[in-house]
Amino acid sequence: MDRRAMGTYVGAVYAALVYAFLYLPIGVLVALSFNNSRLNAVWQGFTLDWYRVLWHDRLILEAAKNTLIIGFTATIAATMVGTLAAVGMYRYHFRGKSVLDSMLYIPIVIPEIVLGIALLAFFALGKVPLGLWTLILAHITFCIPFVVIVVRARLAGFDQHLEEAAMDLGASPWQTFVKVTLPLIMPGVVAGALLAFTLSIDDVIISFFVAGPGSTTLPLKIYAMVKQGVTPTINALSSILLLVTLLVTVTAEAIRARAH
Amino acid sequence: MSGEEQSRTTQEEKRRRNWVPVWTLAPVSLWMVLFVAVPLLLVLMVSFTKRGTYGGIVYEFTLENYARFFDPLYFTVMSNSLLVALLTTVACILVGYPFAYIVARSPRRYRNLLLMLIIIPFWSSSLIRTYSWIVLLRTEGVINNVLLSAGLIHEPLALLYNLGAVIVGMTYTLFPFMVLPLYASIEKLDCSLLEAARDLGARPWQVFRRVTLPLTMPGITAGSLLVFIPTLGLFFISDLMGGSRTMMISNLIQNQFLTARNWPFGAALSVILMIMTLILIGLYLRSTGSKEKLEVV
Repeated sequence: MDRRAMGTYVGAVYAALVYAFLYLPIGVLVALSFNNSRLNAVWQGFTLDWYRVLWHDRLILEAAKNTLIIGFTATIAATMVGTLAAVGMYRYHFRGKSVLDSMLYIPIVIPEIVLGIALLAFFALGKVPLGLWTLILAHITFCIPFVVIVVRARLAGFDQHLEEAAMDLGASPWQTFVKVTLPLIMPGVVAGALLAFTLSIDDVIISFFVAGPGSTTLPLKIYAMVKQGVTPTINALSSILLLVTLLVTVTAEAIRARAH
Repeated sequence: MSGEEQSRTTQEEKRRRNWVPVWTLAPVSLWMVLFVAVPLLLVLMVSFTKRGTYGGIVYEFTLENYARFFDPLYFTVMSNSLLVALLTTVACILVGYPFAYIVARSPRRYRNLLLMLIIIPFWSSSLIRTYSWIVLLRTEGVINNVLLSAGLIHEPLALLYNLGAVIVGMTYTLFPFMVLPLYASIEKLDCSLLEAARDLGARPWQVFRRVTLPLTMPGITAGSLLVFIPTLGLFFISDLMGGSRTMMISNLIQNQFLTARNWPFGAALSVILMIMTLILIGLYLRSTGSKEKLEVV
């Protein structure tokens, strides 16, 4: 073997090892969710018992319901606000644009914990009781910037003449937006919405501070359960959440790939 | 259509078009002011108040929350956090650089798939990924079981609840944030420059040190920033995987707000964390001179 082929070979092995590092822990976790043993380390046979346990756990079902309510509400609101913002910021130059820009970057770049306690302080001093609503408001807040970025990326290749043509033909700004702009940027909007949804259903840090008693979400429930100790039920719950995220990610990537 | 009439319609048109930004930008501006700017200013304000006897806030100006930060006890927490952040960043670079290089130089038809396989874990919950390492590392965990049954060890190893475990958890969670910018900068690398260096007699190591490394430095800096900053905030990783001696600043903030009920001190710590972050970003922006490079998503 010459040196070059040798190098390629070593490279492939190294890459394979890194992929194993990325996927093995998750794979083991999913496999153990079907393991017929409480001990959670040695394979004892196949079972769906842990999924059945989940299905009969009232608190987990409640948390799942909350997660979905928050996820859908936050996604819809953040996608609307974020899409409009991306369009407005792409088209117009105005005073204060860089201020708005920085305000959108802040939630992305500062450690999440800072926004979490800031919102906690805000709700506490404003005497807003913590619960489902504070979770929804917080989730909308951290989702908006991501929607703006994704939609803006889509707008980068946008032909402004199409909008001008529609306006020249007598369409109102609203009609132009709905009939011309929106269909053209739709793949970006959908991708942004899917990103917002996964961010929402997976969020731990910000939710941790703004959740109230009786308004727990699945990630918060998993966090509390892991603190109590490792159980096969957590494996099953985690596997379901991983599957949902995987489906959403693959859908988003497929949309992005088709749009290009 | 007379000239006057036409100018009137264009003016009307102009007004109508200029009106558009109001309804596109008003919601986002209001939202970001109300739920980002105001809350952050509140934290700043609270950081200068006093703690009440029963955990409330007494509106009296003081700097003692910031002074308290220099207490050796809390200073250790801060240096601990910076150490974990630094080691995590270094681990991500060491594992990620060769990996990103291989992926960026792989045959074009596989490249998208390989990239996608890096992005998928990046979208899944970081809590679950942390948990998966707990399943592997704990005393009765998978790794100990495998080693025991293979006869390589006779007693389970203490793999969890130490600094190393926290760094493994952080590295695993933040790895894609390092690989994606590295990939972007390596893919842009012009191969003819490397060939030129080789033709001029540079040894492989010299080519790397003098050509490849400087040209991919933007990727390394961006990746380091994207790894270093979140490390300081991911409190659940140090909480679940670290021992009692690996408290980080994020755990301290969490404690002050939830258990110790000392909001002013917690707020001061958050302000310090935020200022550190903004300084790092400022330095980064100055070194690259643009904002766009931060966007890897």
